[in-house]
Amino acid sequence: MNGEPARVSLRVNGRREVGRAEPRATLAEFLREELGLTGTHVGCEQGVCGACTVVLDGSAVRSCLVFAVQAEDCDVQTVEGLGQDGMHPLQQAFWDAQAVQCGFCTPGFLMTALVALRERDDWDRAGLRERLSGNLCRCTGYQTIVDAVLAAGEAMKDTGEEGRT
Amino acid sequence: MKTAAFDYVRAGTVAEALAGLRDGRDARILAGGQSLVPIMALRLAAPEVLVDITRCAELRGSGLDGGVLTVGAAVTDAALERDPGIRSAHPLLVRTLSLIAHPEIRARGTLCGSLAHADPAAELPALLLATDGEVEVDGPEGARRVPAGAFFAGPFTPALAEGEMVVAARLPVPGPTCGWAVDEVSRRPGDFALAGVVCVVDLDESGRCEGARVGLFGVASTPVRSRGAEEVMVGEQPTEAVLDAAAAACFDGIDVQGDEVHASADYRRAAGRALVRRALDTAVRSAGRRVA
Repeated sequence: MNGEPARVSLRVNGRREVGRAEPRATLAEFLREELGLTGTHVGCEQGVCGACTVVLDGSAVRSCLVFAVQAEDCDVQTVEGLGQDGMHPLQQAFWDAQAVQCGFCTPGFLMTALVALRERDDWDRAGLRERLSGNLCRCTGYQTIVDAVLAAGEAMKDTGEEGRT
Repeated sequence: MKTAAFDYVRAGTVAEALAGLRDGRDARILAGGQSLVPIMALRLAAPEVLVDITRCAELRGSGLDGGVLTVGAAVTDAALERDPGIRSAHPLLVRTLSLIAHPEIRARGTLCGSLAHADPAAELPALLLATDGEVEVDGPEGARRVPAGAFFAGPFTPALAEGEMVVAARLPVPGPTCGWAVDEVSRRPGDFALAGVVCVVDLDESGRCEGARVGLFGVASTPVRSRGAEEVMVGEQPTEAVLDAAAAACFDGIDVQGDEVHASADYRRAAGRALVRRALDTAVRSAGRRVA
């Protein structure tokens, strides 16, 4: 019989989580449906849109292109892990810059931006636009999103925050 | 969309992976999954078994030996890009990797997986061709090496027999007298190329072109060597006129395809010629600097 569910154990936002997943269940589905973490949004389900981006063992990845069984024993950060004590500087910057319209792409952008700001804190606008180009937004035209991430980078530099929440 | 159901095997060794492929059902190797999972989600592929090799320790290494960089089948693009030794030893590889999709894809995507996927529009197969690399394969009949020129049998069709898998890629590093370039035209950064080129030229002490290898992608049913451009270059001083002639000849003998929504075959031909012209110029200049 194909595709019997298996036990999956991994860390999500610092907590050990255990659930069951068919082999074909993506990490995105597992987070949303098995763990109830619906902050991770599922857009295209084929790796194009970036809405489902999470941080897996320190790298931003498409959670629709990782099967949950592959994430066994891995460390996952989702948007729910941001700003557990009030808003994370990235979230505050998105708020301030009005970088959100419908909000569907926002969790993916936040997780991509989190990793981008860990990679370097001196992005210029053009470089950051390209760095974020794997995430699609159909509302904002990207201007305010780029504004927000640049502002968050400055804010995190000023306060010494590393964005590792 | 959800993929069809499959059984999942996590292989700890190549032997376990090969055993998984001998399952008797339609089994596929899963490495980074950045090409395979989308085609499964689109139901263009529905393997019954996926054999995950990402945790095979023996496939996770890469190393430089005698001017050849060997990359194991579980090594991600991002790991190669980050490796200081590889960045200094094989900048052409690192530049080529930077053109692939987005960092989120390269975080999991593998070099060998891209070769095995054999997408005619992908960068790495053309790099393998332009550097005369080889693919290390293992299978029921034992291990063998397949030269780049024999590996890309058709669109999305590697020259792998039943039960065989890619275990590593062997990438010869362009020598100190070589110049190189890689470039592509795509609608947005990260999109698949509408046309692309990887080229390596070798100049002798007088500046004459001793060797030229030009790999094209995104223009035909497989990645292809541009024999036309290469023949024009070899033996000549790479003057502007020679580079013009090489670009003009770059599609000789190549069946340019791609009359679809993103670009017509004519567009790909025009873009390809311009890219070859530009890339050869860059390669010659960088080789010239090293010769001088």
